[in-house]
Amino acid sequence: MESCNCIEPQWPPDDLLMKYQYISDFFIALAYFSIPLELIYFVKKSAVFPYRWVLVQFGAFIVLCGATHLINLWTFTVHSRTVASVMTTAKVLTAAVSCITALMLVHIIPDLLSVKTRELFLKNKAAELDREMGLIRTQEETGRHVRMLTHEIRSTLDRHTILKTTLVELGRTLALEECALWMPTRTGLELQLSYTLRQQNPVGYTVPIHHPVINQVFSSNRAVKISPNCPVARLRPAGKYMPGEVVAVRVPLLHLSNFHINDWPELSTKRYALMVLMLPSDSARQWHVHELELVEVVADQVAVALSHAAILEESMRARDLLMEQNVALDLARREAETAIRARNDFLAVMNHEMRTPMHAIIALSSLLQETELTPEQRLMVETILKSSNLLATLINDVLDLSGLEDGSLQLDLGTFNLYAVFREVLNLIKPIASVKKLHVSLTLAPDLPEYAIGDEKRLMQTILNIVGNAVKFSKEGSISITAFVAKLDTLRDSKAPEFLPVLSDNHFYLRVQVKDSGSGINPLDIPKLFTKFAQNQSTGTRNSGGSGLGLAICKRFVNLMEGHIWIESEGLGKGCTAILIVKLGMAERVNESKLPYMPKMPTNHGQTAIAGLKVLVMDENGVSRMVTKGLLLHLGCDVTMVGSSDECLRLVSHEHKVVFMDICVPGIDSYGITIRIHEKFTKRHERPLLVALTGNTDKVKKENCMRAGMDGLILKPVSLDKMRSVLTDLLEHRVFFEAI
Amino acid sequence: MDVVNQLQRQFIDYSASLHREGFLDDQFTQLQKLQDDNSPDFVVEVASLFFEDCEKLINNMARALEQQQGVDFRQVDASVHQLKGSSSSIGAMRVKDVCVAFRSFCEAQNREGCLRCLQQVTHEYSLLKNKLQTLFRQILAAGGSIPVVE
Repeated sequence: MESCNCIEPQWPPDDLLMKYQYISDFFIALAYFSIPLELIYFVKKSAVFPYRWVLVQFGAFIVLCGATHLINLWTFTVHSRTVASVMTTAKVLTAAVSCITALMLVHIIPDLLSVKTRELFLKNKAAELDREMGLIRTQEETGRHVRMLTHEIRSTLDRHTILKTTLVELGRTLALEECALWMPTRTGLELQLSYTLRQQNPVGYTVPIHHPVINQVFSSNRAVKISPNCPVARLRPAGKYMPGEVVAVRVPLLHLSNFHINDWPELSTKRYALMVLMLPSDSARQWHVHELELVEVVADQVAVALSHAAILEESMRARDLLMEQNVALDLARREAETAIRARNDFLAVMNHEMRTPMHAIIALSSLLQETELTPEQRLMVETILKSSNLLATLINDVLDLSGLEDGSLQLDLGTFNLYAVFREVLNLIKPIASVKKLHVSLTLAPDLPEYAIGDEKRLMQTILNIVGNAVKFSKEGSISITAFVAKLDTLRDSKAPEFLPVLSDNHFYLRVQVKDSGSGINPLDIPKLFTKFAQNQSTGTRNSGGSGLGLAICKRFVNLMEGHIWIESEGLGKGCTAILIVKLGMAERVNESKLPYMPKMPTNHGQTAIAGLKVLVMDENGVSRMVTKGLLLHLGCDVTMVGSSDECLRLVSHEHKVVFMDICVPGIDSYGITIRIHEKFTKRHERPLLVALTGNTDKVKKENCMRAGMDGLILKPVSLDKMRSVLTDLLEHRVFFEAI
Repeated sequence: MDVVNQLQRQFIDYSASLHREGFLDDQFTQLQKLQDDNSPDFVVEVASLFFEDCEKLINNMARALEQQQGVDFRQVDASVHQLKGSSSSIGAMRVKDVCVAFRSFCEAQNREGCLRCLQQVTHEYSLLKNKLQTLFRQILAAGGSIPVVE
């Protein structure tokens, strides 16, 4: 018998158990072969699967397992050794691969699990972003609404349109059922329903303003939810509906008076209007935050738009008023002009017409006096002459005054001899004074210039008038006339507070005092003296012979001469003093009367003017002082250095022709020094030229210098040539301001 | 004569280099022009005065800025202003520039910035002092009379 190399199975193949094992093995093999196929199929379908090599490993493992089980089918019957060895190989391979796979899975499975967690996390994130997107979109939407609303509201300046538009647009945007505006009444104690959305004619329904709910709304600038039962919210016919939510917001009403200049309006104004918004009933809608914000913004915009409208109304009204006033003024002016023209015509005519007969009477009466007359006739003629003289004077005065009044009088300026004027007055008054046995004395101050520029005739007329009054009202005693040049402190008399003299180089103020020891004047009557036609009633019984116009005319003349005239008296019987101040121009020698006084400075060109020039330099900084001194020494000047303003004021004298001051040091008050130097040297030709040195290029500073009275300004740094040309310019033109 | 010429040329070169580097500007040239037979040492005198002034001012400023409680910026500003004036009078351009920056720090009341500027000023000043002293030595070596740099 041949020995077959076969292996016998352990159990007989017909055993039931074996049979079941055989079938299970078959199915296992089938399953094991189909799983990888499925895996491959689905992985091929999906695009993303990062673990392909794991798949391969798995596939190999499963395939081998299947193969093992498949081959096991053959071992149920007698099988050859080859089958056994194939089976063994398969099992060994399977073992190897499965061990490797098991090891690999330790790495893979945590990864796969974390994929799941990552997926969950991403899902959450996506949900969050979605929510935020939703929020942003709503905000954007709200913003758009606000912009649109604002545009609508601000496109008009009419109050009613603004308010109506607001309500309409709000109603549309927010889909409101009702929207109402309550305005405060004039008394401020009630709120009146002014505008509503749906009801066309609001019934002037009012609500008292001191309601807790209303106060609550007014005290905050947010939109506040209020109860639908509140009096301001009861606008619809109540009834079956579930009222929707109501919100109220305050609208500040800004007034014109709130807009002060430099002061922004505080919003603690007491006047607010109330805007009430109602959602549709039965809609279960709620007020959202973005809707409330919208309402608040709109309320603010409305406030602004209303205030603009108010301002516009105000300005239109003001403009209309002004136009009316303009028209009225124009009319008045034209009437006044007509009146003046009429008067001038009258005067022009009467001037001639009145004087001619007057002259005829006077001339013929005086001629008559020369003829043979009886004493009675002489007396009569004398009376006629005296009366007609008086009348002539009166006519002259009246015509003069009217000429003065409408400003058509102008002074006749000319050079005249001042001393001669006084002498003339004295000569004219002496005869009358000596008749009354009054002593007249004239004192002229030695510094009174002999010649002056002014209106000689009228000055004489004025002085004569005053002196004449003095003589007229004195029965006995003496009259003293003094004339001198008025100094600044004496000019500002307490008796003449409105008189503000201005000193200038070409003019001086002449002061004439006429003191008499006559009957004096009651101090209470003094103000009336200078008014026209007002006579002293208390002395009316005396034959004063004055028309009451003289002093008024004098005052007019004196005013024209930029002066002042007044009378002082201590009382009746104590005499009085008349004081007169007028501004006269200073005259050179007789032939050069019109020109102001020129300093006798030789206008040499070039360096000869600079050589030997006495100069004062004031500078706090040692180094720059030395540099400036070096500059000037090099140019040949005689330099004195000072380091402070006190020293400067002490040492400055009329020998110094120029003073250089460094004004950019903060401690020095250069303007003060300028003014003090101006005060020290009142005569222009004695005063040194004041020049400021500064490193600052500031226009304001330059203007300040000019205004303070400096004669020049130079910018540092100064080069040698620059200093030379500046000095030459300065000495020639007496002023040099560098262009900044 | 050659030596003198050489020295003069050396001086001119050095002076030009100082101008180029920005230590001195035109004002210094002006000062040199002012020197003549009447005041032969004018430039040296002005420079010495400037150095004295500088040191005094820098000390003042250092003391004022050291105060722990409340620096008196007004005083510092006044000193800087003086320094600026002096330096622009003599033509020390770099010192003057630092002073300008210094002033703005003073106005802003910035103590750190002021201290930095003070350091810078001291530095620039000592640099300038060295350079000028070198220059003057050269002047003396060139025979005591300065050729004016046109």
